Amino acid sequence: MANVKRLLCKALSHSGSIVQAQRCYSSNRRKLVTMIPGDGIGPEISCSVQKIFAAAGAPIDWEEVDVTPVKGADGNFHLPQKVFDSMAVTEVGLKGPLATPVGKGHRSLNLALRKAFNLYANVRPCKSIEGFKTPYEAVDLVTIRENTEGEYSGIEHTIVDGVVQSIKLITEQASMRVAEYAFKYARDNNRNTVVAVHKANIMRMSDGLFLKCCRHVAGQNKDIKFKEMYLDTVCLNMVQDPTQFDVLVMPNLYGDILSDLCAGLIGGLGVTPSGNIGEDGAIFESVHGTAPDIAGKDLANPTALLLSAVMMLRYMNLGDYARRIETAALGVIRDGQILTGDLGGSSTCSQFTDEICRRVESIN
Amino acid sequence: MAASIQRSLQLRKSLFLRLVPQVVSVQRGYVASPAVEKFAKYGGRNTVTALTGDGVGPELLACVQKVFRFAGAPVVFEEVEVDANTSDSEYLNKALLSVGRNGVAIKGNIATNHDSSQVSMNVKLRTELDLFANVIRCKSLPGVSTRHGNIDMILIRENTEGEYTNLEHENVSGVIESLKIITEANSTKIAKYAFEYAKKYGRKKVTAVHKANIMKLGDGLFLNCCRNVSEDYPDIEFNDMIIDNASMQMVSRPQQFDVLVMPNLYGNILSNIATGLVGGSGVVGGVNIGEDYAVFEMGTRNTGMKLKGTNTANPTGLLLASCDMLDYLGHKKYGSLIREAVLNVLNEKRIHTPDLGGQSSTTDVIQAILDDIKPGTKA
Amino acid sequence: MAASMTSGVRSTTLLLQVLRRGIHQSVSKGVPTAAENVSEPAGRHVVTLVPGDGVGPEMMGSVQEIFKTAGVPVDFEEYFLSEVQSAQSADYETVLESFRKNGAGLKGIISSPHTFKGTELQTLNMKIRRDLDLYANVVLVKSLPGYITRHDNLDFVIIREQTEGEYTALEHESVPGVVESLKIITKAKSKRIAKFAFDYALRHNRNKVTAVHKANIMKLADGLFLKSCEEVAQYYPSIQFETMIIDNCCMQLVSNPHQFDVMVMPNLYGNIIDNLAAGLVGGAGVVPGESYSDDTAIFEQGARHSFATAVGKNIANPTAVLLAGCNMLRHLCLEYHANHIEEAVYKVIKDGKVRTHDMGGYATTAEFTTAIVNSL
Repeated sequence: MANVKRLLCKALSHSGSIVQAQRCYSSNRRKLVTMIPGDGIGPEISCSVQKIFAAAGAPIDWEEVDVTPVKGADGNFHLPQKVFDSMAVTEVGLKGPLATPVGKGHRSLNLALRKAFNLYANVRPCKSIEGFKTPYEAVDLVTIRENTEGEYSGIEHTIVDGVVQSIKLITEQASMRVAEYAFKYARDNNRNTVVAVHKANIMRMSDGLFLKCCRHVAGQNKDIKFKEMYLDTVCLNMVQDPTQFDVLVMPNLYGDILSDLCAGLIGGLGVTPSGNIGEDGAIFESVHGTAPDIAGKDLANPTALLLSAVMMLRYMNLGDYARRIETAALGVIRDGQILTGDLGGSSTCSQFTDEICRRVESIN
Repeated sequence: MAASIQRSLQLRKSLFLRLVPQVVSVQRGYVASPAVEKFAKYGGRNTVTALTGDGVGPELLACVQKVFRFAGAPVVFEEVEVDANTSDSEYLNKALLSVGRNGVAIKGNIATNHDSSQVSMNVKLRTELDLFANVIRCKSLPGVSTRHGNIDMILIRENTEGEYTNLEHENVSGVIESLKIITEANSTKIAKYAFEYAKKYGRKKVTAVHKANIMKLGDGLFLNCCRNVSEDYPDIEFNDMIIDNASMQMVSRPQQFDVLVMPNLYGNILSNIATGLVGGSGVVGGVNIGEDYAVFEMGTRNTGMKLKGTNTANPTGLLLASCDMLDYLGHKKYGSLIREAVLNVLNEKRIHTPDLGGQSSTTDVIQAILDDIKPGTKA
Repeated sequence: MAASMTSGVRSTTLLLQVLRRGIHQSVSKGVPTAAENVSEPAGRHVVTLVPGDGVGPEMMGSVQEIFKTAGVPVDFEEYFLSEVQSAQSADYETVLESFRKNGAGLKGIISSPHTFKGTELQTLNMKIRRDLDLYANVVLVKSLPGYITRHDNLDFVIIREQTEGEYTALEHESVPGVVESLKIITKAKSKRIAKFAFDYALRHNRNKVTAVHKANIMKLADGLFLKSCEEVAQYYPSIQFETMIIDNCCMQLVSNPHQFDVMVMPNLYGNIIDNLAAGLVGGAGVVPGESYSDDTAIFEQGARHSFATAVGKNIANPTAVLLAGCNMLRHLCLEYHANHIEEAVYKVIKDGKVRTHDMGGYATTAEFTTAIVNSL
């Protein structure tokens, strides 16, 4: 079944690129992007994204790679080398949801990719979607999370029986790097304020160092306003009035928590895009689950992956295409006529996709 | 002979497994060691399991709760209904889990249906929680007129073995064997407990009660264990007495006794005699205590079925037990506050229920106690 | 999403099924309430009062005024303790002794200076918690009647371990530019907090305990916490037990908070969830909290903000401190006074005429206090 789906997808994406090719011959300026469709509903929604990109005429070619782990010479499971090879060339990837086998021998794919491409910052713009009602309105903020160290350093050990020590690691280098990216992101995306989220009143040295780095970088970027807030205060204010926030930058664990929290504000992971920015590349992804219960039924909602792809276009300086696709997609949701089940409608994934394609073509 | 003891132990084990469903033995593992902390004590307030029991048990427990609340005693009760109708293992498990969580319980007595093959719930609680010692203190109350004055004795009874093993069988038709088990480990444990108790509360003498002249091996082992332990406590006088003699002495010259230690059945007999001497089951409190848990109850295990609903039961015994419980939990201030009020009502104000020859109802007594506590609650 | 919500960890063994069957016939009653009439002990209680920094002193003034009007038999032993204004601060040991002696106290927020000056890694708050062994922090999240927020009718409890975890103050700079901060999780303390949570649920007639963790990443540390919770859950067959990953939990809290009853978690997650939940029902000004050791109970605001910007402006909301005060009265068995004051607070809020700034009103702290006094 899965094979059939993949084949179907390939065929579709092929026809897509043919359409593209007809429209735009300047193929020398086209860019190659690695596509990891993922598991469950992954193939369907990546297909949908490819279709919409084709309709928008975005100058992107897709290189699809399979990330099913393979058994290496040492007996452990690894990612196929092809993923790394492809990413090394394209430097940009788009990834659907992956089912992580819990407790199996191989490391999680995310971790492997993060290490391989030094993906140090996780960026999640959370923007309220008009037409999709949640208790919170007009949310428009971005969480930027340090992704390589902090609490998720993976250094843990049992000291004596019943006592576990887990090490949170904060380094100046990583803190500076993410702080700099936060300010750069703010400037590139016309945002005004960067808030550093910390808990330096309790973790005076570690979070203190993170804060010091943020202050230092803020000193060099006087055009962007800088504020410091305690993690708990942010949480408190976030659920009371999320509109007061703009760009938030924080260490790993806090980012993990806050980014999901913010996703909750705008309606869940099904509509929240995410990007991982690194020194040697960037991977954009949808962070929702694989939803195996509706896989293959043409019921999935491609919004999160589509918006991630939009983020990707912006990252690749293709802002115009990004704007067109985003406007089309949000327009469809706002009008509320053709929506997938999770958004409160009754349309299928392909109807939703087709509607977006139709609109994309009419927007200039 | 040793072989036969061995055999009977095995028999006991197998019978135990047969009588008590598997679930209980699984559960036992949990209960054997407390969760983490011994008590459920937070911010100075304890949660205590209240096992309701039969007869006047629920009424008297309600009285205790009322007095505790009024005195501001920092105890929250978790009520678990157990009575003669709930003898299933699931109810037992619930009671066991609750005591396992809280470490301490106060209990009304549970009636045992004589006709059924079920082991008594009371016995099950004691064995499962390993409450090896039953301790009651019989002290003359000035306000209660009895034949003997000036009695003050502690009865410590082995609570888990002896005659109460429920090992009985019919060898041939018309011949029943009932097994009494005495082990060195348990006998030494109870003897040690008795001497430690005497030392802690400044008592002078420990008397071991037995029938070693007839049951030379069983009671002989018990007596030997007591003797051995007594050698470690040279400051405390030790003597022994045969149960029939002890019973006679008890009613003729009870003042001679200080601390008594004895196997299960003798303890049952003597504690009832001693309780009768000082005013009856309504005025004596007791406790079943083990290494991890303690269950407080009235001194003698009578359910008072006849008194149920008549508002005439005497709450003194259970209240005194509850004061001991407060002491045990470390709330000594509240323990003595309530104890003084209870004794004051009994001895000075002489507000007595019918069992002591009075005219007052249970509620009258409680009201008098509350009035007595009132000025005492000033911090 | 659903997959990451590991619910029903409790194994459905025969044992537990058997145990569960009998629950309805004899639900364990925690606090004896409804049927019993409320007693009014004659004694006076002495409690410790630490107003704290920021608006703390103003709030406590309001509490004292209301207690006085209501005739509450409680005397305060007041100490000013502060890390920011250390010159005026009372002797730390004296304050501790007072807490120990009285066993109960009302505490404002003691703010900690942000900057690390290179000497003491522990803050005063942490020191108090450690020295008194106040291991359990309870925050009661309850929607206020008549005060409209995004989610209505919320009623859940957050229980947080607050003596270990991330708040160990064990930090060091291994090489310049690299700081290590240690998070410690122990089995004993994890079990202790888990038992506290389940006992709390029993005492307050609650049905479910959710353990919040990040054991998918911190497999050893949070794994130990989770395992301890599971072990303790065995003792409480009448209480449902489930687990949730912290990030999912945050998301669930803002999208579907009604699913929660009692939540238990390690230190830092507790800090986050406390504040998040406080935000759901109206902010730091309306959520009461309490901290417990074996022998001491300290009542305070649920979300710890000293609100230093509002000092002297007479605009802070004393609701949280008042509700915490009511809970303290309940703890002291002064049910009558607790209910009396609580009803007055609820009434003023429900009427909606007198509300402080944070609740969308224009009243000052003093006006709000007076309104409560009048409705007593």
